[in-house]
Amino acid sequence: MNATIASITARALLGRRRFLLLLPLPLLLVGLAWLAHGLDPDPSAWGEPVVAGLGFAVVLPMIALVVGTGVLGAEIDDGTIVHVLATPVARRDIVLAKLAVAAGVTTAVTATAMFLTGVIVGSVRFGLGLAVACVVCSIAYSAVFLALSLLTRRPVLLGLLYVLIWEGLLGNLLAGSRVLSIQQYAVAIAAEIAPSPVLHARLSLPLALAMSAAFAVGGTLLAIDRLRSFRLAGETS
Amino acid sequence: MPPSTGTVELHGVSRWYGNVVAVNDVSMTLGPGVTGLLGPNGAGKTTLLQMMAGFLPPSRGELTVAGRPSWRNPEIYRVLGLVADREAVPGFLTAWQFVLASARLHELPDPERATERALGQMELHDAWHRRLGTYSKGMRQRARVAAALVHQPTVLLLDEPFNGMDPRQRLHMMDLLHRTADAGAIVLFSSHILEEVEQVSGTVQVMVAGRLAASGDYRSIRRLMTHRPHVFAIRSSDDRRLAVALMAEPAVAGVDIGQSGLTVRAGDYGTFARALPRIVQRERIRVRQVTPSDESLESVFAYLVAQ
Repeated sequence: MNATIASITARALLGRRRFLLLLPLPLLLVGLAWLAHGLDPDPSAWGEPVVAGLGFAVVLPMIALVVGTGVLGAEIDDGTIVHVLATPVARRDIVLAKLAVAAGVTTAVTATAMFLTGVIVGSVRFGLGLAVACVVCSIAYSAVFLALSLLTRRPVLLGLLYVLIWEGLLGNLLAGSRVLSIQQYAVAIAAEIAPSPVLHARLSLPLALAMSAAFAVGGTLLAIDRLRSFRLAGETS
Repeated sequence: MPPSTGTVELHGVSRWYGNVVAVNDVSMTLGPGVTGLLGPNGAGKTTLLQMMAGFLPPSRGELTVAGRPSWRNPEIYRVLGLVADREAVPGFLTAWQFVLASARLHELPDPERATERALGQMELHDAWHRRLGTYSKGMRQRARVAAALVHQPTVLLLDEPFNGMDPRQRLHMMDLLHRTADAGAIVLFSSHILEEVEQVSGTVQVMVAGRLAASGDYRSIRRLMTHRPHVFAIRSSDDRRLAVALMAEPAVAGVDIGQSGLTVRAGDYGTFARALPRIVQRERIRVRQVTPSDESLESVFAYLVAQ
């Protein structure tokens, strides 16, 4: 990993007050869990919508989307990527540095929020289970969204379609589509580490881990390949 | 600066986007020295530079920098420096941090010293520690050039480098390009302004509509440009008599008389410019207005293409 690229990427992502934009969703998640717990200590009625419905279905993918498409996509949009690409740094190292920052920031934000939510909902072990699921799936999401930022000029839109339509809608209607849903991997991993009545895994742990790895590796390789063939926008002046 | 390790060579290079041909069958060899890439907007200069810099593959043809293809070859940036046309810089970095990052990414043995030298070359001493976001357009441009020069490239490509610079900064940049070239580097810069190219480079490549329209030393290109047919609009105290007198001149190819005066087609600029005062003095005609009517850069380039 290239430390220079990682540090500039982190500064661009978190510099000044930009990191504040990442906080409302996790705060909403923890606040909602805390409020619900205050009203009714038994989480059987509200635990699943908060943990799975908000935490894994919205907070984790949305934070991953904003961060994952931002670490490279923002530089592509404003043209500053040229300053990094016009150097002999291997494209693999550039992608790995960007991915490390994206996955690191996404993990830090989501795993912390999900851990606190898990502790409020159930126990420290449940919180740890949710946090581990966030770590694994942050890497998978980040790799996919990073690759999207190199594949299309509308990475956020396509990422939203994946999260909302594929995972949110089709994942609940078509059993087969769950195999390609990172959200379902998160639920499966957390449910295996800390079984709880508020989590209903629809995939086995080995499948969830293997598919998470496949998304992470596939997305990374795709991003490296696309960056090797990166073209500046086709101005003809 | 290390001696140049080769040349930039293009053989039959074309680049198209769908049905639009941006660069059409361009062949050229660039050696050490400053070369100006001159052409109007839309001529394909940026596309050509992007191909040379490895940010675009040629659709057809062969392009090498120092003997190696630049496309999908990051190693080329050990000898190549690029100042792209987009002015964006990471505004949250200071100039020092920006150029130092470039030095580190080039894996230079002493990045701090290289950064100091590059910033010194661009006369950014007083603003090293200010964020680039607070810089003027010209200062940002100089910071970008410093980042491109930090590894002392033997091939330096600059897309419209004088944009946003004030006259003093331009002179300084011109001097820098000369010094870089004098040290053995290949320096290629694009411009759509004749005077910029005239002041900086001995060799000129003229591009028009994707094609290489003319190539050679500046003086011969300039001669081609001034010895082309020119059209002037003239208003005088006696248009009809002036038209008759002008038609007797060998330098005049034709005269039209209209409501608003004469339209004169002259064979070449210099001869006509010398003949006109002589004629009006002899005929005692008062000239109220002489306007060159086709001096746009596009018409100059169009003429060169036709040649």
